[in-house]
Amino acid sequence: MTDNTIKPSDEDSPESSDGIDVAHLSALARLALNPETTSAVAADLQSIVALIDSMQSVDTQGIEPLSHPFDGSARLRADEITENPDPEHFQRSAPATSDQYYLVPRVVE
Amino acid sequence: MKYVSSLREMSQALADGEVSSAELTQDHLARIKEVDPQLNSFITLTEEEAMAQASAADALRSQGDRRPTLGLPIAHKDIFCTKGILTTAGSKMLGNFVAPYDATVVTKMADAGMVSIGKTNMDEFAMGSSNENSYFGPVANPWDTDRVPGGSSGGSAAAVAGGLVAGATGTDTGGSIRQPAALCGITGLKPTYGRVSRFGMIAFASSLDHAGPMARSAEDAALMLSVMAGFDPRDSTSAKRDDAWLADMLHSGIAEPERPMVIGLPDQYYENSSNQESVTAARQELEKLGHTFKRVSLPHTDAATPVYYVLASAEASTNLSRYDGVRYGHRCENPTSLQDLYERSREEGFGDEVKLRILTGTYTLSVGYFDAYYLKAQKIRRLITQDFDNAFAEVDLLLTPTSPTPAFRKGQLTDDPVAMYQQDLYTVPTSLAGLPAMSLPCGFSQGMPMGMQLIAPAFREDLALGLAAQFQRHTDWHLKRPGEIN
Amino acid sequence: MSWEAVIGLEIHVQLATRSKIFSGASIAYGAAPNAQACNIDLGLPGVLPVLNERAVEMAVRFGLAIGAQINLHSIFDRKNYFYADLPKGYQISQFETPIVGQGSITITPESGSPRTVGITRAHLEEDAGKSIHDLYSGQTAIDLNRAGTPLLEIVSEPDMRTAQEASAYFRQIHTLARYIGICDGNLAEGSMRCDANVSVRPTGQAEFGERTEIKNINSFRFVEQAIEHEIARQIDVLESGGTIHRETRLYDPDKDETRSMRSKELSNDYRYFPDPDLMPLNISEEFVSRVRDTLPELPDARCRRYCDDLGLPAGDAEYISSDIDRANYFDQTVSAGASAKQAANWMMGELSAYLNRHGTNIADSPVTPSQMAQLIQRIDDATLSSKTAKTLFDALWEAGADNSAVTEVDALIDSLNLAQVSDDGALTQIIDDLITANPKQFEELRGGKNKMLGFFVGQVMKATQGKANPQQVNEIIRSKL
Repeated sequence: MTDNTIKPSDEDSPESSDGIDVAHLSALARLALNPETTSAVAADLQSIVALIDSMQSVDTQGIEPLSHPFDGSARLRADEITENPDPEHFQRSAPATSDQYYLVPRVVE
Repeated sequence: MKYVSSLREMSQALADGEVSSAELTQDHLARIKEVDPQLNSFITLTEEEAMAQASAADALRSQGDRRPTLGLPIAHKDIFCTKGILTTAGSKMLGNFVAPYDATVVTKMADAGMVSIGKTNMDEFAMGSSNENSYFGPVANPWDTDRVPGGSSGGSAAAVAGGLVAGATGTDTGGSIRQPAALCGITGLKPTYGRVSRFGMIAFASSLDHAGPMARSAEDAALMLSVMAGFDPRDSTSAKRDDAWLADMLHSGIAEPERPMVIGLPDQYYENSSNQESVTAARQELEKLGHTFKRVSLPHTDAATPVYYVLASAEASTNLSRYDGVRYGHRCENPTSLQDLYERSREEGFGDEVKLRILTGTYTLSVGYFDAYYLKAQKIRRLITQDFDNAFAEVDLLLTPTSPTPAFRKGQLTDDPVAMYQQDLYTVPTSLAGLPAMSLPCGFSQGMPMGMQLIAPAFREDLALGLAAQFQRHTDWHLKRPGEIN
Repeated sequence: MSWEAVIGLEIHVQLATRSKIFSGASIAYGAAPNAQACNIDLGLPGVLPVLNERAVEMAVRFGLAIGAQINLHSIFDRKNYFYADLPKGYQISQFETPIVGQGSITITPESGSPRTVGITRAHLEEDAGKSIHDLYSGQTAIDLNRAGTPLLEIVSEPDMRTAQEASAYFRQIHTLARYIGICDGNLAEGSMRCDANVSVRPTGQAEFGERTEIKNINSFRFVEQAIEHEIARQIDVLESGGTIHRETRLYDPDKDETRSMRSKELSNDYRYFPDPDLMPLNISEEFVSRVRDTLPELPDARCRRYCDDLGLPAGDAEYISSDIDRANYFDQTVSAGASAKQAANWMMGELSAYLNRHGTNIADSPVTPSQMAQLIQRIDDATLSSKTAKTLFDALWEAGADNSAVTEVDALIDSLNLAQVSDDGALTQIIDDLITANPKQFEELRGGKNKMLGFFVGQVMKATQGKANPQQVNEIIRSKL
């Protein structure tokens, strides 16, 4: 099929030569890195990865992945308008709004 | 007057006119205000709303409404959206979030006439096994306030164990109902996946999240389950079921098991001798009642914990992307750009454990790692499910310890996330398989409660509840109360 | 060095359902900001998606219309990225297992011969909201009304070689989508949006060159211009020794140039995985059959039928078959008894003129197909002449708007006294009288001055207020010579 994403290059890989690239992961997850805790986080991440790496020893040859506990099919909903939202109601605890728009710092494209 | 100890007893007292719902609710609120400073099990107390609901229930009763659930005070884990009421998921990220709608579970229980007293404390976004990860402070175990109540439904467990409320809702993704139930000496049920609607339940890991009841007995848990359960068209993973026993249990209580059960003891759950003895006594009691035991094997049990952490973190990492400071929740001050808004709001809003799991999940879903982690984990998930299917071909139920240890001290495991994850050893496999499982008290170890876990085949909560209720008619572990704070 | 362009288009079609793909909010255009964003669309904590049946139906309908494989089993995946108008921080889409597989469509570019363009796949996904950058100083305003609108993303094979072909393809998809009723085709409202993938390679080279993506082109003309520009730019770069970098570019129609977008994505790792809130979509063969039954006869087949079976010239057939409302009107007119050629003529002539003048869509035409058919029948049976038929048409148009007016064709012919006089006796009498009154002209006609025929016919018309049957008048006069 047509590849809709950019193929991974070295810069996309979350693993650097020193181990897991926490900076890259944080960027992907939009979490600011607190420089003081970075190495602690990296260490924790390493030990979690060590835990999950233990999975590799299980033989899964010929086994299909299971994404839901029970087999089922997507249920289909009738195409009807059932919601009549009131923006004021939903925006009561919104951080920044104006004229019922949500506001964020200006994005330059 | 002092409130009575169980939902069933209160229901009877209300029916007999001995007490009104308003009085019961007042008593609950008074006790909570007196005792909860020691436990910190509640984040929000909804006094006004509760009294209004109680009055409404009393009015309905005076008009002839005889429903057994009418007017019973309960509490909701702060993971369920409650309209017009603060709903925090234990996090600073939602520290100011007033939910604009009700979760289906909340609506169903309100429609059944139950009175919601408040929102209970929990590990942030349901990630944790000790309730030490809450932005609103740790919860104390009523049996020993220096110890943890378990998590993530630590607040609900402590509130029930401490006699602040007779029933509270909880959620269980890797063990978060069962483990705190075991550590606090109460009864907690994780129903079959899809039995209870997830709509309005703040998502942690979508294919693993379950809502369920926490109470002081199987009877009370069954009463709550009968209200909470049911198909919800707003949840695509909700199961359409027609189980007559649910309504039967509500109206007539839990019947005796129809016949003696064959109960499996999975080898892999008994390798650590320290948790065998707590269950041995229970075994003997069950044998006296006519049930028999058989050893079975669930060979892929050891792989369950890493599999769980891969899948749960992956799903969580994307479920939590919506917390971005744009439409609701915490926003950092003076963001200089959209990226800055995201990064600082999320850094400030999330606690350490949440961030760790988001990073783990991001890692396992990354391009190049997906097959080795996510896909691999899903394949093993199928193997784990098959293990249970094979076992249930030979036995009716499985019996295991709920937790490897009784409640540990606060701060004991906070520096070692992997050690903390091992707390869920006996509970995650059933979460992965979506099977119903409950924990009930079965003894004590050095003064702290121990729990045993009953696992049933899919949608056969009745088998587990039936056995548990019978066990509780012949034993009194579940009636013990913490001495310290009584 | 001669170069060849390689072009593929990704077209996002907003499906014409009533409600959103995963929630029950309306998708109608033009509502006040966030007035159509419910809790699910806002990505509030705890909300869950439930799939809209009609969106699935429409996707299948499209797949059948392009002769594609319909995947009875398909999966919804989460495509993860952060942007202010993407409320959940992920878009629910379909990655490896889309609902529609390989298909194709025939295009006829303006300068070129008809050819087939392959379609790799089409999948369902949800639209994001809108970011408006110039409303408030220093801020971007977010409107989530559009968030959750059902989209069908149609991915072509990189089969196109010129900007004209790309434009023709976009046009054809537009026509087809409107034809089968899955999209209103309103480009100005953003009902269809197009991204183009463009690369160049030396003519004869097998490998593709590096491609760039041009985003959000929203008119047929801009598609062509943007792609022309990009092809020229790439050739320029390569010929001066540079390299093309894979990147996203925005087309600026005012300056007629594409420029690189400042990266809004630090990385393109979308971390696709199956959405655990939605089960796999399994549809039955029976579902597909039911959808197939609702498919109208498609433009190509219709055009062929008009030519082969009904004998219409190719140009007429194409014009009528290319718009579903027109095609339906034509079919109904013919089945009500009109001859195909007449129906075509009247539609392309009088009806078209009136519709344009009044800015009316053919679906709203006050003259109905059955009235049109009756009118044509009355021409064929000589009750009406072409002149009186036009008068009648006008009366029908005016009356159509007025519900109380008499609109039955024959009744109008009577009340307006439009019926041709074809009565031999009456006409002969009138002609005899005229011959008597104009003996000189008659002698000239007898003598071979054929122009005089027109004089007598004209006089007969005057005497009959234009209602004489011209053929008959001619015959009678000739018989008197």
